[in-house]
Amino acid sequence: MKEPTAAPAIELRGIDKRFGNVHANRSIDLRVAHGTVHGIVGENGAGKSTLMSILYGFYQADDGEILINGRPTVVRNSAAAIAAGIGMVHQHFMLVETFSVLENVVLGAEGGALLAPGKARARTELAHLAREYALEVDIDATVGDLPVGQQQRVEILKALYRGAEILVLDEPTGALTPPEADHLFRILRLLRDQGKTIILITHKLREIMAVTDVVSVMRQGAMVAHRRTAETSMEELAELMVGRKVLLRVEKTPARPGREVLRVEHLRVADGYGVERVKDVSLSVHAGEIVGIAGVSGNGQSELLEAIAGIRPLADGRVVLNGQPVATRRRGSDPRKLRHLGLAHVPEDRHRMGLILPFEACESAILGYQDDPRFNIGPFLDYRTIVADTAVKMGAFDVRPSDPHLRTASFSGGNQQKIVLAREIEHDPDVLLVGQPTRGVDIGAIEAIHRRLIAMRDAGKAVLLVSVELDEIHMLADRILVMSNGSIVGEVAGDAVDEGQLGLMMAGIAPAASAAGAGTMP
Amino acid sequence: MEDVTLVVLILDSTVRLSAPLVLAALAGLFSERSGIIDIGLEGKMLGAAFAAAAAAAQTGSPWAGLAAGIAVSVALALLHGFACITHRGNQVVSGVALNILATGLTAVLGISWYARGGRTPPLGADARFLPITLPGAEAVRDAPVLGALYSELLSGHSFPVYVACLAVPLAAWTLYRTRFGLRLRAVGENPLSVDTAGISVPGLRYRAVICAGILCGVAGTYLSIAQSAGFVREMTAGKGYIALAALIFGKWRPLPATGACLLFGLLDAVAIRLQGTPLPGIGEVPVQFIQALPYVLTVILLAGFIGRAIPPRAIGIPYVKER
Repeated sequence: MKEPTAAPAIELRGIDKRFGNVHANRSIDLRVAHGTVHGIVGENGAGKSTLMSILYGFYQADDGEILINGRPTVVRNSAAAIAAGIGMVHQHFMLVETFSVLENVVLGAEGGALLAPGKARARTELAHLAREYALEVDIDATVGDLPVGQQQRVEILKALYRGAEILVLDEPTGALTPPEADHLFRILRLLRDQGKTIILITHKLREIMAVTDVVSVMRQGAMVAHRRTAETSMEELAELMVGRKVLLRVEKTPARPGREVLRVEHLRVADGYGVERVKDVSLSVHAGEIVGIAGVSGNGQSELLEAIAGIRPLADGRVVLNGQPVATRRRGSDPRKLRHLGLAHVPEDRHRMGLILPFEACESAILGYQDDPRFNIGPFLDYRTIVADTAVKMGAFDVRPSDPHLRTASFSGGNQQKIVLAREIEHDPDVLLVGQPTRGVDIGAIEAIHRRLIAMRDAGKAVLLVSVELDEIHMLADRILVMSNGSIVGEVAGDAVDEGQLGLMMAGIAPAASAAGAGTMP
Repeated sequence: MEDVTLVVLILDSTVRLSAPLVLAALAGLFSERSGIIDIGLEGKMLGAAFAAAAAAAQTGSPWAGLAAGIAVSVALALLHGFACITHRGNQVVSGVALNILATGLTAVLGISWYARGGRTPPLGADARFLPITLPGAEAVRDAPVLGALYSELLSGHSFPVYVACLAVPLAAWTLYRTRFGLRLRAVGENPLSVDTAGISVPGLRYRAVICAGILCGVAGTYLSIAQSAGFVREMTAGKGYIALAALIFGKWRPLPATGACLLFGLLDAVAIRLQGTPLPGIGEVPVQFIQALPYVLTVILLAGFIGRAIPPRAIGIPYVKER
């Protein structure tokens, strides 16, 4: 353990970085004290990751100075950062999936031209680290076979094995189940108590409040505030991040469910390799309610949504829309027909399925509806109407900049998502399928999107929402279905959620909740 | 006894025919495990074969030929590396370009230097790698079976064949037991993991293509100054592609890839034996058909008999840091 010194573990002075026209970091100052968990929050594109990449030697700053333990240090590359005692746990793990845990850990720190001695040394050292920091993993397992939470432990072990005193974690909970995230926070506290310094980059305010001692807020490339976590609140941090007041919770009235508009019966869906991803799922969605599907990414929600939307064939079961069977195993459906029958779909991955990035906004805004007589004159598209229509939609959904001729790729993630939502909602569907409505969307735009979805519901439409953000499900859904490993493992009423229980259900640990009071499964 | 001799002879020529395939497949292994597609094995071998024959003809020394072959092959490999690693070009296009370049250059230079229709001057015994008789081979020749195996199969091959034999365990050991091998495998799977560990991705990949260059150099040299007594236009005749196929059969692993090379060598050896020999029940098979057999089998094997071969994940993707 290091002696506590007056000098901070890390001090950044006037760090400045530009990528072409983008001013990613504007003269950033930051002091991180020894033995603390220091949070850095900011919206997407605020410059958090760039700053940490500079600290880790992945990019070079255009200007400014890095001091480590009070000494000015030039971090020319990752090797220099490692030598200076900095370890980084990246958002997307930097692991070789075909290698064993042991091989991943020694990669780059082999300690000699032959592997055997280094591996033997690592084996002892890892056993020691695992005991000390609750970082148990099977070191002979192949990394690709491990669950995400364990892969992350491998990343942390990698950093510690290299002697890291300062650990930087970039959005570490993105792919974790709630219990895995809790375990991670326990590990972080343990590391801090052993004298390590931790920098936690996130956009999730709850994590900041849960685990950090000090928090710094970034906005548009600048460092705008430093706070002691104990002396701030989520509301204040959100306001600092966005630069204006933000409602973290959109108010909504109790749902008034009407008739059943969408019913899914014993649905089974297989993926391209023939692996069954959705296993006998039945659900129903009524007019005037939002049904949320919670679950850790990759548990069949995406396939379920795509099957209902007519993009994926059904292996078995059927989908009933407005009392009319629209898809069975024998007779598939297609998205165009479903759109005519009143089902709209906001896909999970807007870049891959929702938009065509090189298109102008007005073209992206009619995708899927391009055959609508409104937009056509004989065999030709009626551009004047399309542009005017897009301008109206952009006004209604506050898309900025409100320019129908701008390339889709030039909009921010939040505004792209608003374009997709506007396209689907303005067509006045009976059922709206929404996947990850706020993935990669800034906190300010999240509020607007949530309001829209609730307005849909209040207008008597049925909304089926799939999201990996538990907060989002919690806030919007009137009923929550929990999916794990392709099956719906439980149902809870939106206002009666025990998050711990929900987390366990998502992880597939708890059985179908006995507390699933408001169950209305067919 | 006659059958034993026949089998030993076929196996003996299998070894001879497999050696260049093994060397080229291992070359491809180093390159492809680092993430660089190496469709230019053919071109590198051809260039090396020409250079080796020309240098041996000039100096009268097979060692000068070997050095020239390796030098030219490494130069071509570096050219491929420069296009694909430094400039992030398309690896297949670059490799095909390399093959076309080698075919054209060896023909043009051969015709203009030697005016023998693209051939190099015939080499005398001194300028070639000749069969090496291992100690005691003559003494045990008459011992049953084992004697024949030792004196025919193990003994009596040229220097590059023994290099190929040693290259297999050496490559496997390098790949799985050394720091270089670990990093090489890592860079072909996830170059970011290597970069963030503080290791240079281009540096590793250049070293990998140089290894490929050296091995192809030996393979090409073998063709022109050990197996033959000079260079003939297009003398590689698709061996680079066969080696690449063997590499894929072997799922990018040294021992299975070598096994695949031996299989191809065996098919070739059998094909040569069968020429002009009537088969029971079929009669005499046209020579062309027999010669096509290895290629037909290649297609059949490639089409279905090897199961799913999972290539190194980052293969063919130029490495660019984010943004």
